[in-house]
Amino acid sequence: MSSDTYIKRPNRPLQLYAVIFLIALYAPVLFLPLFSFNDSLYVRFPLKEFTFKWYVELFQREPVWNALMNSVRIGVVVAVLSTAMGIFAAKAITRYRIPGRGTLVGFIMLPLVVPLIIFGVALLVLLSQLGVPLSLYTVAIGHMIICLPFSVATLIPRFEGFDRAIEEASADLGENAWWTFWRVTFPMVFPGVVASLMLTFTVSFDEFIMAFFLSGTQPTLPMYIWGQLRFPQEFPSILALASMIIAMSFVLVFLGQWINRGAQPGAVKGHDT
Amino acid sequence: MTEDAFISIRKVDKHFGKVQAIDSVSIEIGHGEFFSLLGSSGCGKTTLLRMLAGFEAPTGGEIFIDGQPMSDVPPHMRPVNMVFQNYAIFPHLNVRDNIAYGLRKQRLSRNRRHDLVEEMLELIKLPGFGDRRANELSGGQRQRIALARALILRPKVLLLDEPLGALDKQLREQMQLELRALQRTVGITFVFVTHDQEEALTLSDRIAVMSQGRVLQLDTPSGLYETPHNREVASFIGTMNFFDAKVSGVNGARVEVEAAGLGRINAPARDRRYVEGESVQIAIRPEKLELTADAPLDSGISVQGSLENAAYLGERSHFFVKLDGLDQPVAVSAQNREGATIGTDATGPVWLNWSEASVVVLTSD
Ligand SMILES: Nc1ncnc2c1ncn2[C@@H]1O[C@H](COP(=O)(O)OP(=O)(O)O)[C@@H](O)[C@H]1O
Ligand SMILES: [Mg+2]
Repeated sequence: MSSDTYIKRPNRPLQLYAVIFLIALYAPVLFLPLFSFNDSLYVRFPLKEFTFKWYVELFQREPVWNALMNSVRIGVVVAVLSTAMGIFAAKAITRYRIPGRGTLVGFIMLPLVVPLIIFGVALLVLLSQLGVPLSLYTVAIGHMIICLPFSVATLIPRFEGFDRAIEEASADLGENAWWTFWRVTFPMVFPGVVASLMLTFTVSFDEFIMAFFLSGTQPTLPMYIWGQLRFPQEFPSILALASMIIAMSFVLVFLGQWINRGAQPGAVKGHDT
Repeated sequence: MTEDAFISIRKVDKHFGKVQAIDSVSIEIGHGEFFSLLGSSGCGKTTLLRMLAGFEAPTGGEIFIDGQPMSDVPPHMRPVNMVFQNYAIFPHLNVRDNIAYGLRKQRLSRNRRHDLVEEMLELIKLPGFGDRRANELSGGQRQRIALARALILRPKVLLLDEPLGALDKQLREQMQLELRALQRTVGITFVFVTHDQEEALTLSDRIAVMSQGRVLQLDTPSGLYETPHNREVASFIGTMNFFDAKVSGVNGARVEVEAAGLGRINAPARDRRYVEGESVQIAIRPEKLELTADAPLDSGISVQGSLENAAYLGERSHFFVKLDGLDQPVAVSAQNREGATIGTDATGPVWLNWSEASVVVLTSD
């Protein structure tokens, strides 16, 4: 990887821009962990003593654990289902001649740009019309809508990134479509599947608006945080909780990206002579 | 050929939208034959091969393999295996699992499977490579894995789509020999696609020369080289001198023509019918022509010209001779033997000689 070709040579202003961009993006977020270790009820400088007590307090609270388990359960179910649907959608989009393919992809990606409050309200109206009681299940349905585009967007490059002749070779060697999928296609897209699972879990875990509209009596973790903001004495613990959520989200998303790092089309190894 | 034809392609057409990739092709391929489809890029070779494998359905016509019509048989049920143009090695599997891929359905014991794979690795001269990953292999090695992966299933037909195209010249020539030896050893029918005429001539029992979705001529290598049926085949395979001509007389097995530059000459009719006055072309290979400094004793199969240009190429020399009434000089290729009468430094008038049997008459169809 020599970096002195025309396209790849270092570009100082661009590097500076990237650094400033990242600072602007993440500096506010970094205040959360900073104050979560501060031995004071109030979020203000100067900092006091270093302490773990807010974290300790957090772990002693029953409702935090309940909310956490709710979010994890929804996250796992949503991640598995939306990734499974994403696999079929991505395979269909990349492998078959579908009329109106662009439009179809557009509709799948729509939840990324339509305000979630609209989806939330629409689903709420629909569910109440149908007489479905609000629960963790309804939250999961809402999250599926949000997560599917993330899953499809993660998986499509994986499907496009390998040569169709590999699937034909499998058929040629005697395997039908089912076995070809499990012996060739799935292993080839597997890094994308892992990335999609991690990404969709994180999206669901962090999601607030859909949960706000669609949850019943059982809160998810973001809902719990929202509820606790009314109580000033709880605030440092909430900072501690938020810090942990951020850390976990970072880890999951970056791990997913790292596992899926070869996904650019043409980056599949074994084809260059 | 028809009775024991093993693959029978009958009036097959293939359209991709408006593009007609295959135009009424009929070919019969015998058991154990090394059959080649030869033609320049885009002439429909891959399409025809993919129809044999079942990846494309013919728009018209029917394909029979071993007496069975193939139209309703999906690729994974066909008694053929394919070596893909880019090999299509499974990148997530090691060499052993690549080769054993198609064995799943045979439910072999672990040991038997292992033995079969080792046997194949021996056959393709890659023993001990079983645990390598696909992306640790060179092009030639990958090509052999693709071959082994198909051969281990003992297919009745092996389809090969330009399998040597990606290899450098030296490796390609070595692989040609190995491929031919392998085909004799395993005795299966090979359908081999190539755009390299030399490769096709070296390897094949018979060759179908294709152009724009049609078969121009189906013949043995020597048949194609010695007696091409039309100008396209004649110029595609090897180099050829062409002379415009008119039939001036038909005389049983011989045809007499009036050829530009050569005058009135005789040629074998080769079971083709000619009518007097018909426009034809005369074709003679450069190596069938001989140059001499003096007029030969037997006139009628020689003509005088002037040496325009010559090139020394080591084992052979090329001469270009200007004839009266021709714009293009005639190419002559001569082996550089001791005592050659004409050297590459010669100039001036020379005599061009040939034998009647080496003259080919081409009609326009
Ligand atoms: N899937 C396809 N869709 C449309 N046109 C195709 C397709 N496959 C091949 N063709 C066309 O058919 C013709 C023959 O192609 P091909 O069989 O690949 O030629 P070759 O292998 O001899 O180079 C070409 O004109 C090509 O553009
Ligand atoms: Mg081709």
